[in-house]
Amino acid sequence: MSGKYDVLVVGGGNAALCAAISARRGGASVLVLEGAPKFYRGGNTRHTRNMRCAHDAATEILTGPYTEEEFWEDLLRVTGGQTDEELARHMIRESKDILNWIVQQGVRWQPSLGGTLSLGRTNSFFLGGGRAMLNALYLTAERLGVDVEYDAEVTDLAIDDGVFLAARLKRPIKGETEIRAASLVAAAGGFEANIEWLKQYWGDAADNFLIRGTPYNRGSILKMLLDKGVQEVGDPTQCHAVAIDARAPKFDGGIITRHDSVVFGIVVNKHAQRFYDEGEDIWPKRYAIWGRLVAAQPDQIAYIIFDSTVVTSFMPTLFPPIAGQTIAELAGKLELDPAALDKTITDFNAAVRPGTFDHTVLDDCVTEGITPPKTHWARKIETPPYLAYPVRPGITFTYLGTRVNKEARMLMADGKPSANMFAAGEIMAGNVLGRGYAAGMGMTIGSVFGRIAGREAARHAKN
Amino acid sequence: MHGTRILDEADRLMTVCNSCRYCEGLCAVFPAMEMRRAFSDGDLNYLANLCHSCGACYVDCQFSPPHEFNVNVPKTLAVARAESYAAYAWPQALSGAFARNGLVISIVAALSMAAFILGFVALSDRSVLFGVHTGPGAFYKLMPHNAMAALFSAAFLYAILSLAMSVRAFWRDIGPAIGGRADGGSIFQAIRDAGELRYLHGGGVGCYNEDDRPTDQRKLYHHLTFYGFLLCFAATSVATLYHYLLGREAPYSWWDLPVVLGTLGGIGLIIGPIGLFTAKTRRDPALLDESRYGMDVSFIAMLFLTGFTGMLLLILRETAAMGPLLALHLGAVFALFISMPYGKFVHGIYRFAALVRYAQERRTAS
Repeated sequence: MSGKYDVLVVGGGNAALCAAISARRGGASVLVLEGAPKFYRGGNTRHTRNMRCAHDAATEILTGPYTEEEFWEDLLRVTGGQTDEELARHMIRESKDILNWIVQQGVRWQPSLGGTLSLGRTNSFFLGGGRAMLNALYLTAERLGVDVEYDAEVTDLAIDDGVFLAARLKRPIKGETEIRAASLVAAAGGFEANIEWLKQYWGDAADNFLIRGTPYNRGSILKMLLDKGVQEVGDPTQCHAVAIDARAPKFDGGIITRHDSVVFGIVVNKHAQRFYDEGEDIWPKRYAIWGRLVAAQPDQIAYIIFDSTVVTSFMPTLFPPIAGQTIAELAGKLELDPAALDKTITDFNAAVRPGTFDHTVLDDCVTEGITPPKTHWARKIETPPYLAYPVRPGITFTYLGTRVNKEARMLMADGKPSANMFAAGEIMAGNVLGRGYAAGMGMTIGSVFGRIAGREAARHAKN
Repeated sequence: MHGTRILDEADRLMTVCNSCRYCEGLCAVFPAMEMRRAFSDGDLNYLANLCHSCGACYVDCQFSPPHEFNVNVPKTLAVARAESYAAYAWPQALSGAFARNGLVISIVAALSMAAFILGFVALSDRSVLFGVHTGPGAFYKLMPHNAMAALFSAAFLYAILSLAMSVRAFWRDIGPAIGGRADGGSIFQAIRDAGELRYLHGGGVGCYNEDDRPTDQRKLYHHLTFYGFLLCFAATSVATLYHYLLGREAPYSWWDLPVVLGTLGGIGLIIGPIGLFTAKTRRDPALLDESRYGMDVSFIAMLFLTGFTGMLLLILRETAAMGPLLALHLGAVFALFISMPYGKFVHGIYRFAALVRYAQERRTAS
């Protein structure tokens, strides 16, 4: 590793590797600095499984067309309009070609996984999952001659008047050094693993958050860029949070700690009280609201409670449900007040009206006379053993980012485009995804803007 | 809880994997797993024998070590697989010996048989042993054809009986197929899947060896070994038919069918095992059940010795070396036969049975 490259890529996930490959194919010399050790390389990409790309016709792995317009409408709906239309439409248009381009970089597709049929038309799944996708990208990058360094913590960026000059690099064995490069691509993700930073907005509640990705998503590059005059985008206080098993590890539990059983039972807080309509909408549409709902409960803990009749209605779970032959036994194991839990379930059962249960549609099984109501799939909880999953907020990603234009070029606080600084992936996702989420969009943002950022960074360096 | 620690671990992993499912496109193991929510001993032995150990799920897994979930499916299933061989072996008394001392036992068996034949010949007529014999019936100057046929038929039939008893126990243990039924279509599908090693492919790119760059080397060498073995078996069968039906006695000319089949097969049985052994030494130890190294190597060695002594015999059959070489070749074949039910050979039998079961389940599921 010499001290001077055409393009320096900071980060090691999908966006970073797409940028590195694209820059290298554009003729640039490229160095990738991944802050994590090799095993944990790739940030949140490790845990992904698919990408949402527009396409005009069915393919071998996609069951039907997904037009640019439909993609745009979906994006508009999930963000509630908090998006940059010009940038978003540009991304959607470019996503079409990504379906082929990413395969040329060694990534392989497969049809949607078992239990995800609702995504079979819109989302392309990576054969072997996100880590397989990353492995393929790293292999391609290395074969093309991209240099990659792991455990490479960037401690400072020298930026003068919107021009990137050099990065200060700290390595565990080889010590500190300075890397100069003609262009910078920042693809180092958000700050979801930085509990101290999260506490600025969430207070002590953030201590009870579990982080779904690696501990290395600390947002240090994002912070440096914003501190040095790059314009910010996205709500800094917001993060994507789902309800995950409270027994999951603090970091990197990934997708397997999630629970999709909310609609089959009720959810109570530590006082054994219900607090939201569990039957509001079909999973996965309302899947992502439960992290935020649990975060607002005392001690950031809740319990999904159901009975033995619905155990096989959802995917097998990593952690087994906690079981009790009686409500009181279950309450004891959950350390809830038995009388309170019994009353909540008795009241709920009494409110359930007869209906025809069908979990695939918004059915007519409702409650009457309780608050909050359960507006679909309401069935009595009365067949022992009684079962429960404890859940906590699981933080997936944050929305704060750097503003960019269609060239993935960062914009400075005064609105001027930077001469040689580009951004891709989660660090700039807030440009198109101001809030909300739909499966696979993070990877689309990463690949599309990664490819663009690499190309533009190489073009700048070669000029 | 299961009968053994390794089955407990396999159960833990299948519970992790069943809540993830990212690997379902890689091979047959994960789709078979997804048809179940809980795993009996038989289910786990079925999945263990369905695994071809390509390593892709380890390299692709976000939870493999050093992650605290410690997911290592190839190694866990390799250990479970080897333990299943011992659990189903017939008779049980012989199951452990080969697993522990496979190579020593095989070599001792081969040399003992060679020595026995040599001694047998030397006792009757010393001049025959190092004499030059040519023309029809030359081999049988050392050992009468009927004696040779009887000895090897007995060894072979013993192997067949033992294997049949073992696979019967396996088939019973894995229980009825999930909604499936045995039929010709499933067996035909399994023959195709086994014949082309469909699942030894890392999801399409090859096997993972010492790093994250997959290759198809193991598949190639396995094909050479397996089809080499089949060709040699065919050569022996044709020669037996020649002998009894046509009255034509070995040795045959180089262009005659048994020799052509045997030569092609012999080349496969020399190159294939060398390639498999080399590939084995290059695999990431994290993927392997190293305690079964001896058992695996002894099978590879016996296959190689069978091919190598056979080819030497063909080349030198008109010289004075024929007698000792014939004895060595027969010794190697004998050892291969009697070690079959207790050594690595059984992997093919159980895997084929598992593929039949998988084909049944797939046909019902689709």
